[in-house]
Amino acid sequence: MAPYDYAPIEYVTPPELSGGTPKEAPVLIVGAGPIGLAAAVDLALSGVATVLVDDNNVVSVGSRAICWAKRSLEILDRLGVADRMLAKGVTWKLGRIYRRAREIYQFDLLPEEGHKFPAFINLQQYYMEQYLIERCRDFPGLIDLRFKNRLVGLSQDETGVTAELETEDGRYQLKAAYLLACDGARSLIRQQLGLEFGGTVFEERFLIADVVMDADFPSERWFWFNPDFHPGQSALLHKQPDNIYRIDLQLGPDADAEAERQPEKVIPRIEKIVGERPFKLDWVSVYSFQCRRLEKFVHDRVIFAGDSAHIVSPFGARGGNGGLHDVDNLCWKLAAIVKREAGPDLLASYDEERIHGADENIRNSSWSTRFMSPEPGAETWFRDATLDLAERFGFARRLVNPGRLSVPCSLSDSALNSADQSGLATPMVPGSPCADAPIASPQGAEGWLLNQLGGRFVLLSLGQAWPGALPAGVEPLLIGEGGWQDTGGFVAARYGNGHYLIRPDQHIAARWQEADADALRAALQKAGIRQTEMV
Amino acid sequence: MALNTEFNFSEQPDQLYNDLIALHEGLDEAQSAALNARLILLLMNQIGDAQTIRAAFAAARQPS
Repeated sequence: MAPYDYAPIEYVTPPELSGGTPKEAPVLIVGAGPIGLAAAVDLALSGVATVLVDDNNVVSVGSRAICWAKRSLEILDRLGVADRMLAKGVTWKLGRIYRRAREIYQFDLLPEEGHKFPAFINLQQYYMEQYLIERCRDFPGLIDLRFKNRLVGLSQDETGVTAELETEDGRYQLKAAYLLACDGARSLIRQQLGLEFGGTVFEERFLIADVVMDADFPSERWFWFNPDFHPGQSALLHKQPDNIYRIDLQLGPDADAEAERQPEKVIPRIEKIVGERPFKLDWVSVYSFQCRRLEKFVHDRVIFAGDSAHIVSPFGARGGNGGLHDVDNLCWKLAAIVKREAGPDLLASYDEERIHGADENIRNSSWSTRFMSPEPGAETWFRDATLDLAERFGFARRLVNPGRLSVPCSLSDSALNSADQSGLATPMVPGSPCADAPIASPQGAEGWLLNQLGGRFVLLSLGQAWPGALPAGVEPLLIGEGGWQDTGGFVAARYGNGHYLIRPDQHIAARWQEADADALRAALQKAGIRQTEMV
Repeated sequence: MALNTEFNFSEQPDQLYNDLIALHEGLDEAQSAALNARLILLLMNQIGDAQTIRAAFAAARQPS
């Protein structure tokens, strides 16, 4: 298998420097990583034009983020790249936990049928970025990709942001109503605004190595406590496409990061795991765990998303996935504001909802980190006692924490929700991300529920249609007689009967058993959408 | 009552486990051991049933 071809992306002199018409786009995105690219596509799907700048001109070097969770795939499907990712990626759902050489237990992440996407796929970040860049090219009138354009200055007033950009042809200024800071964990914009990035730094150091080898390891996540090949520490193995394997090794707090990343140190460590097989190092990094976030993500006209806003330790796959949740949450709100369908105060709900999500990720990540690298004393006693008991007793297996993998975040406390007085017993309460289900069109074509939701407000009616007209900006979707068919009974089992108001990010805003036009208008208003006359 | 060794917490375990760890923050080993002793006695009283408690003794005593 040939290694990934990091083809440079062409730099084009921006029109501001070539005598062309200066660009006026409502949104400037800084950083063409997964989050910035996904945001550009999401905004384009809502008809909002963006300029996306990046100081570099290649996709991510090294695999970096590799685990993409089911909810992320559902978001990426709305953006139009999930099919390619699924086709290329390694699908997995089984995790095995070992202590030394003994398997203590295994977990199966998606034992439930009736979902379009699997629990997880592994796919190198560079493939995802490539697919997203190619997807951006589908919107030539809306997405203006500018590589080798570096942000060097930034100011804002009540009307928008003015960015100073540097290229090989010189500097120019760009104005936008909003700036999305998707410039990663070391965000320069965060530094320029002088914002504190508070949190916890764990002393433990980890080696991350991607190796290329012909091997037939199954598509599973393997985690070891105290393996014989790496005594006293933990280890993780993940399979990626193209015969690349991700190996994470805990090194302890005293490891010398610079020495540990040298091939003469790394290669013997890998040899102990993979045995006699020939292999090649593809990418190596040494890092310490950090859990940090900005106090708030919206700073007037500058909005942070992804690693620039929050970082977690990698066990649990909550970094890249968490960033995609940001995009999903933010872009419909920003589009509604830019199109004057909502007031700017709707952005407060991005802060509220995604800080809630980031805190959930940070909590889970911190707990996993402490379990993997306990402090001496009581913390180690309890960790080791848990592992001892886990070999014999079911309850202790639930306490073993080798990383709690990213699951969809529930927004059940969000101010955008309307109180649930439906009496429905299904778990699809306001704030929940919609569960997928197989459905068939009125003509009998097979499809998926989530492909009919998202991108706009939908009123999902189950059993019987909503009587009368819907307010502007809401589209009906009927599952039942005269509409789509619940082919496997999954919709009924997951939602019950009644009517659900579903946000453009596929989260439930409100639900009722009986249609009520006033309640629907009130729910839309609560979800941030301006209501005028009934249509 | 037989000893229940299946998962029996009223919520997901990670928060509670972390609370247990946090309880020991700032204590030296002797203080931690004393805290654990008090904790075990409190939990024994809560369980109450002597047969169950003795079954737990036996399960904990077994070397791994």
